[in-house]
Parts: sequence; C-alpha cells; structure tokens
Amino acid sequence: MEQQFPMIQVMDYEGCILMPEYRKKITKELVMACYRHLIRTRMFDRKCVSLQRQGRIGTYAPYEGQEACQVGSALALKEGDWLFPTYRDHGATMTFGHSLKHILLYWKGRNEGCIPPNGKKIFPPSVPIATQLPHAAGAAYAEKRKGTMNAAIVYFGDGATSEGDFHEGLNFASVFHAPVVFFNQNNQYAISVPITRQMKTKTIAQKALAYDIEGVRIDGNDIFAVYFETEKALERARNGGGPTLIEAVTWRYGAHTTADDPTKYRDQEESKRRRETTDPIRRLERFMKQEGWFDEEWVQNIQDEVTAEIDQAIMEVERVPEANPADMFDYVFAEPTWTIEEQKKAYFAWERGGTA
Amino acid sequence: MGTGWYSMTTAVNTKTLTLVQAVNDALRTMLHEREDVILLGEDIGQNGGVFRATDGLQAEFGEERVIDTPLSEAGFTGAAIGMAVNGFRPVVEIQFLGFIYPAYEQIMTHAARIRSRTKGHFTVPMVIRAPYGAGVRAPEIHSDSTEALFIHMPGIKVVCPSTPYDAKGLLIAAIEDPDPVLFLEPMRCYRAFREEVPEGKYTIEIGKGKKLREGDDVTVIAWGAMVPVAVKAAEEAEKKGIHADVIDLRTLYPLDKDMIAESVQKTGRTVIVQEAHSTGGLANDIIAIINDTSFLYQKAPVERVSGFDTPVPFFAYEDDYLPTPERVLRAIDKVIQF
Repeated sequence: MEQQFPMIQVMDYEGCILMPEYRKKITKELVMACYRHLIRTRMFDRKCVSLQRQGRIGTYAPYEGQEACQVGSALALKEGDWLFPTYRDHGATMTFGHSLKHILLYWKGRNEGCIPPNGKKIFPPSVPIATQLPHAAGAAYAEKRKGTMNAAIVYFGDGATSEGDFHEGLNFASVFHAPVVFFNQNNQYAISVPITRQMKTKTIAQKALAYDIEGVRIDGNDIFAVYFETEKALERARNGGGPTLIEAVTWRYGAHTTADDPTKYRDQEESKRRRETTDPIRRLERFMKQEGWFDEEWVQNIQDEVTAEIDQAIMEVERVPEANPADMFDYVFAEPTWTIEEQKKAYFAWERGGTA
Repeated sequence: MGTGWYSMTTAVNTKTLTLVQAVNDALRTMLHEREDVILLGEDIGQNGGVFRATDGLQAEFGEERVIDTPLSEAGFTGAAIGMAVNGFRPVVEIQFLGFIYPAYEQIMTHAARIRSRTKGHFTVPMVIRAPYGAGVRAPEIHSDSTEALFIHMPGIKVVCPSTPYDAKGLLIAAIEDPDPVLFLEPMRCYRAFREEVPEGKYTIEIGKGKKLREGDDVTVIAWGAMVPVAVKAAEEAEKKGIHADVIDLRTLYPLDKDMIAESVQKTGRTVIVQEAHSTGGLANDIIAIINDTSFLYQKAPVERVSGFDTPVPFFAYEDDYLPTPERVLRAIDKVIQF
C-alpha cells in the first residue's frame, strides 16, 4: 500500500524541487504568501501557548509543526468554499480569513469565537472527534444541489479515522458524489496513542479505496505538495469528480493541549530532530534562499507586522466586555422556551440580590 | 377522541386519514410548499419507508428531494445538519426510535447546540422523525420510548402527537420551526383509527397540549400511544361517577405548563401515564411543574403509571410492561380515595 500510495513530495527537506512540472507554478508571489502565512500561524500559535501559561486564555491546543498542512490547504480554497475545522485547525481558519480576535475569544471560552466573519463559511471547531465529516459531506452536497461551484474542506486527525463518523462521512460523500475534500493531518499521535495502535494499515490514504474515491498521501510539511494536491482535489470536486481523501503526514512538536505532557508518552528528542530536518518553515526558507528570494529585511518586516497584528488582536480581545450571562439563555432557540425564560429571570433576580 | 374539538370557520376540504397517512400528507404538503424541504432516510424512496410514511413521495418529488441514504443514522443525520446550515430544511426518518442512538452524538453535540455556540450565526432547522413505542409485537429494540433522553437535551424540541389531525399540523409546524425538532410518532397509533384531516397546509402550535375530556375530580395526563389508554381509563372512571380531565400533551418539550397547572389546580388529583421507564422520565418533570405551580391545591400525591426500569422487553412480555387502562384506573381510584 505504501507503494500504491507513495508520499508525494514536491520539495525535499533541503528545499530542492523534486517535481519539475510544478516549477512554473511556484511563483515568487505564491511563495511569499505561503511564507507569510506560515510565519503568521506559527507566531500566533506560540503566542497562544504563552497566553495560556499566563492565564490569559484557557486550555489551548497547539498546532506547531503542522503549519504547512493548514496554510497550504486553506490557501487553495476559494471565497465561497466551506471549511470545517477541529480545535487544532485555527491555522487553517485564520489563513482562510477568520479573525485572530475571534480565534482568541474561542480560547477564552467565549461563543463569539465560533462566529466567522460575514460571508465566510467557517464552521465552529468540532470537538467530538470526526463528527464534522458528515457535516462537510452534507454541506458540500447542498452546494451541489444549489448548482454552485463551491466545495467543502474538512480537517481531522489520524485518531479520527477510527471513529464511525469517519466512515459514515466518507461513505455518504462517496455515494452522493459530494464536492468535499477530506483533509487528514496525520500527526501520528492521538493525544498519547501512536498511529500503530490506531490502525494496522500503513497509510490513511489507502482507506479511500473502500469508498472508490481518490486517495492521496502527501508530505504535510511540504507546503507545495499540500497546496497543489489540495487545489487539485478541490478542482476535481468542483468539476463533478467527487470527494478526495488527502493524508498529509506531519508531526505536532508539542503537547496535545496545554493540559498535557508529551514526555510521558514519547521521546521529545524526535520533535527536536524534526525541527531541524523537516520543519515546514525551515524547508521553505531553504528553497527561498536557493532562489535568492529570502530577504532578511522583508522577513523582519513580516515578523513585525504579524507581531503588531497579534498584539492588536490581544488588545481588542482583552477589551471585549465581560461575558454576559444572558447570552447563555438567549441563543438556545430562536425564541426561548418558558423553562429557559424562567431560569434566566430567576438567575438575574438572584444576581441582583433578590430571593428568586 | 372524536372529531369536533377543532373548529373550522371556513369550509375546508378534508380527507379521512390514519396517523401515518397524515404524516405522509404533511410531508407532501411541505414538499409542495417549500423548495428547501428535503427528506432523508433509509428505505424512504421507492419503498416509501418501513411504515409507508413516505409512500409515493419519491415518485412525485424525485430522488433529489426524497433521498434514500446509506444505512447510517449518524452519517445521514450529520449530513442533514450540514445541509440545514447550508440552506435546506431536512426531514430525516429514523426507522425506529430504538435505532437513533448512533445519531445521538450528532443530535446532542451539534444539531441541538449550533445556534447557541454561534449566537445564531448558524442554525439547524431540521426535523428528525421517529416511530416509537411498544405494543405492536415488534422485534427487539423496535419498541423503545426513550423520549426523556431528548427532553433532557437542551436545544431541541420534542413533539409527540396521538391523532392524525395533530400529526399533520404539528409536523408542518416542526418543519417550519427554526430549530431542531424530534418528532415522535406512536407506531401503535399509526393505523389505529382514521380522522378527518384538512387538505393543504395548517399548523398546530408546538408547546400546546390538548384537553380531551373535561372533569373536576382528577387530571389524567398522557402523550402519544398512552393517550388512548388514558381516555379508556377515564371512560371507565366516568361509569363510577369520577369525572376526569384528560390532557394530551402533544409537545413534550417545552411542556404546556399553563394547561397542566390550570387542570391540577381544579382537580387537586393527578395521574400521569407514561410508556417510558419510570426513573428519569417525563412524568417526574410534570410532577415538578405541579410542585412549582400548584402545590397548595393538591389533595393527593401524584400517581405515575409507567413502564418499568427494565429494558423494553421482548414482545412476549410487552402486555405486562405497557401501562393499561386497568392500571390507570387503579391509580385514579388511589388518588380519589387518598
């Protein structure tokens, strides 16, 4: 199966292009956009870990190491497409246009964090594993029924492939030929359980065979492989070619969440080694240096801009008025039921010092 | 349950329908009425559903609007959520309530809370239809009445008609509701009797019960397949000179608190008839409403006639499991004699 689903690399670890057919498409403009988003997502992720350590946001799920998967795939989307993320995919949602302020609000325990900017079809992060796959299949099918050219992308991890909803989502999309891309980030650990305990199959891409859909295995730390293969899958979806399962092989450097200690279940030396060899940003930099596109001053400017953007978002978030408990009651139904109305009234009466 | 409890101010053409035919009529009406209505479920197409609730609809509206899905409750419920947030009004059929459990996660963690999670940015206007209940000699797991699992779930309404007229009006209201609705169809009542049902579109407000009989001595509260049982018991009590108020709740969440309070304040005595398991069941919430609204009016402790805290048994035992008019009558006697 590893022969049938070889891991596609457009660029090797040294930043050399392995697939010359893509050489023309790798424009300076594309590379600069990729690099900028990679830096932006990594800096944001690190800042979030730091904010969590300072108690300024809640438990946080870092994605450091997986930026090429998220940036490359999100850059391949078009304006009207749907994005169904998990809680570790805000690198993708921010690349697709979600606001940093809202992402931070989510990690501050605010439901405003689930609201995308107007016109952006970004679903709230799915917390129960794999449950978002059927949603994406359904939303994509709805686009097809409306006769649009829009597609959907849905993110999930290696652990999610063991869930029933993985099968049900892929099967539904396959039967109904829904324009959806199932984007798997195989970071090889589901919290602490390694992929060898998650499945006996050597690849995740091969699972596509069972649904008679396209299956692709890519180096998820190679942003060109991610971008071009996702773009290809999205085009296939738009043109009636049905769903694709993409397995992007990657690695999360850090913990599952800030509440977890990865040294308990794996040797973190491996993360260190990978930072030096396969890191998505270092690889792109090596390529840029070969091309003579790596300009220290430009990089410094990007970092300064991103720092300012993140600081601005943090400032805005920290100025957001405290959560209004009325919000808890007011959005359960379009019109609150009498039980909720009574509970709300009683709670506010108590809060004001009443006896109700 | 006669007709005549609804008034028709203008001449309306009616059809004489069973409950399952009324469900079919509601679905047909709404498929005509709204382009965004779409049906999904197992065997609902050419086969017309295992109970024929969707009979003829695929032939009339096509495979794109009446969709036979893979055998995949979580999958098609989840896909329907995706369609609902993307502009459709899906009505999914679960063949039997006992088969809904794979979809429970989708309903609990997504359908019922997407509005709340996004402050109304995304909403899930979908209906989940499920035949429920025992008493038809069905195989194992085909007879559950686990409505309490969904009544407990914040963010979804639960509706349970007992008559053809109510079934049609409530199903249309459920389809038009902006939020998810679980629509429970008592399979024991599917073909039990026929009733005059208006043609075309009409709605019955979700959250409103219906008074079937008026009496001052005792309140009997029931829903779904237990309504005929409660009525039969009330008729027997009448022969002994006990006059019962009989309430068909019709909606299980949100309950019709006002109707319950008005009745139990009048009678001071209450019997609740519930097919479901006793512990954690809806009857307990009705007692809580009586406690909250009408404690000082009570002349006797509330009696519950329920299913047992056992799994719904194989059908050889179901007559022992299900509440009967005799058991209800005994409970009526008990609250009267207290």
